[in-house]
Amino acid sequence: MTPVLSVRNVSKSFGGLRAVDDVSFDVHQGEILGLIGPNGSGKSTLFNCVLGQLPASTGTVLVDGKEVAGKRPCDLNKLGVGRTFQMLQVFPEMTVLDNIILAGQEHKGTMLSRLFGKPDAGLTEEALRMIDFFRLGHQTHEKAGSLSYGQQKLLDAAMAFMAGPKLVMLDEPAGGVNLTMLADLKERLKTFNQERGATFVVIEHNMEFVMSLCTRIIVLANGRIIAEGDPETVRNDPTVIEAYLGG
Amino acid sequence: MSKHSLLTLVAGLSILILLPFTQSNYGVFVLCSWLVYSISAMGLNLTLGYAGQVSLAQASFMGIGAYMTALMTMAGVPWPAAMIAAMVSCFVIGFLLGYPALRVQHHFLAFITLAFNALVVLVLRNEEWLTGGTYGIVGVPRPEVFGLPTQTPLAFYFFVLALFVLMAAGLYAIIRSPWGRAFKALRENPIRANSLGVDIRQTTLLAFAIGSSYGGLAGSLLAQLTQFIDPHSFGLTISLKVLLMVIVGGAGFFFGPILGALLIVLAPEFLRFTEGYYLMIYATLVIVLMVFCPTGLLGLVERARTAMKLRQNPNATTWEAGR
Repeated sequence: MTPVLSVRNVSKSFGGLRAVDDVSFDVHQGEILGLIGPNGSGKSTLFNCVLGQLPASTGTVLVDGKEVAGKRPCDLNKLGVGRTFQMLQVFPEMTVLDNIILAGQEHKGTMLSRLFGKPDAGLTEEALRMIDFFRLGHQTHEKAGSLSYGQQKLLDAAMAFMAGPKLVMLDEPAGGVNLTMLADLKERLKTFNQERGATFVVIEHNMEFVMSLCTRIIVLANGRIIAEGDPETVRNDPTVIEAYLGG
Repeated sequence: MSKHSLLTLVAGLSILILLPFTQSNYGVFVLCSWLVYSISAMGLNLTLGYAGQVSLAQASFMGIGAYMTALMTMAGVPWPAAMIAAMVSCFVIGFLLGYPALRVQHHFLAFITLAFNALVVLVLRNEEWLTGGTYGIVGVPRPEVFGLPTQTPLAFYFFVLALFVLMAAGLYAIIRSPWGRAFKALRENPIRANSLGVDIRQTTLLAFAIGSSYGGLAGSLLAQLTQFIDPHSFGLTISLKVLLMVIVGGAGFFFGPILGALLIVLAPEFLRFTEGYYLMIYATLVIVLMVFCPTGLLGLVERARTAMKLRQNPNATTWEAGR
């Protein structure tokens, strides 16, 4: 079966610094892959290369078997790749409902049909279901900017799922979120994965969150993959312990 | 649309229909100017207020629209064709002017659009063989609508009012559509919008193109209203005036530019009695407004209304209070 995401020999250099060094891995349908590593290990650079924010120096990235090099983020989204950002990225002056509808509208009809069709692109019901699923129902008509930090993180995730993507890339979803919200977020992500077969790649520093969410983990250090496997294997790998604690 | 909004709309339209009958010819001319500048400001409100793209070139599109309409109608082209050609040309030129916005933003973009405005004025001034240079063009004909002439101020007022309503309805439909949501997303967070499938390049260019076509139509009507045009009528001062209309009324509010245009067009009339002090009072009022209410007059109204509702019901959400 064709992997949802295939990263082949990707490297990225900034001048003399090799931030990502010949990294290859596949992500299959229904997997939750964790991408971890100490600060400066190249996780975010790799993430940005995969998502088209940075051009890779060498190597290829395939989504559903199709090369995506040079694709703009909006084109990648239309190919079925959703994402969240490390820093909060919502539309603060728009309501929660409008944030969610926006996340789905570009996948509905043509440009002209979006101008002359329904104002909500026929997405209100689906958007309300998504809002309820992420337990933001009581704030549907609130401006996104008035939500708490944790709620905005949930909204950010809800937006990434609205268009029904094949693959969702989550960049530090747990950052700055309190424990209750975190448990909520984890539960939502797991349900999505189990009920809809959604595939995730997660960058995260919160080890407890990664270990309890992911089915497979890749560890990066100095731009290279140093370990790969299920959470238990990775947790006990001496190279991983050394990379985190220093040798 | 709620019953309350519908009633307000009907009342507003009734006032616009009845008001000119109570005015002198000069009063009707001022009302026409207000509607014409409102159309231009509505366009800029889409570009700046909704899509967040700074433009100091709105007057240049009014100029392009005005000169195209004047030259074409005086050469015998029917006025609808001339006006449509003016709008389409401004749409295309606005689309092209949007390209720098893909690379630069804020004050850099303001300077690029400012330079474009200066360029258009220079062309209008220097290409005498076509534009009449600084002498301008005299005797721009007014249209005949379904065989009815619009030579009288009242008849022309209703012609302008009809187009104003049409353009306002068009803008309302755009803003309520997914396009409107994409424009707002571009203003608030282009990186996130891009990651959600919004084609930022296309949305930016369309914001400029649609806003510019509104400027083109406004210029077309201005040429027919004054029946005389010269390059001075489309200089940077006029672009700043249209920008002021949008900011004072409330950028990003549908009725903001209409209210702003009303104030900017009528203020000189109301302050006429102050004679030499007019500009000083006018400038002071603008400074006070911008300091205390940067979101414009409609922003002030919204803040007051929300505060009042929250005082009545402290447990209300900001949405409930803002309704």
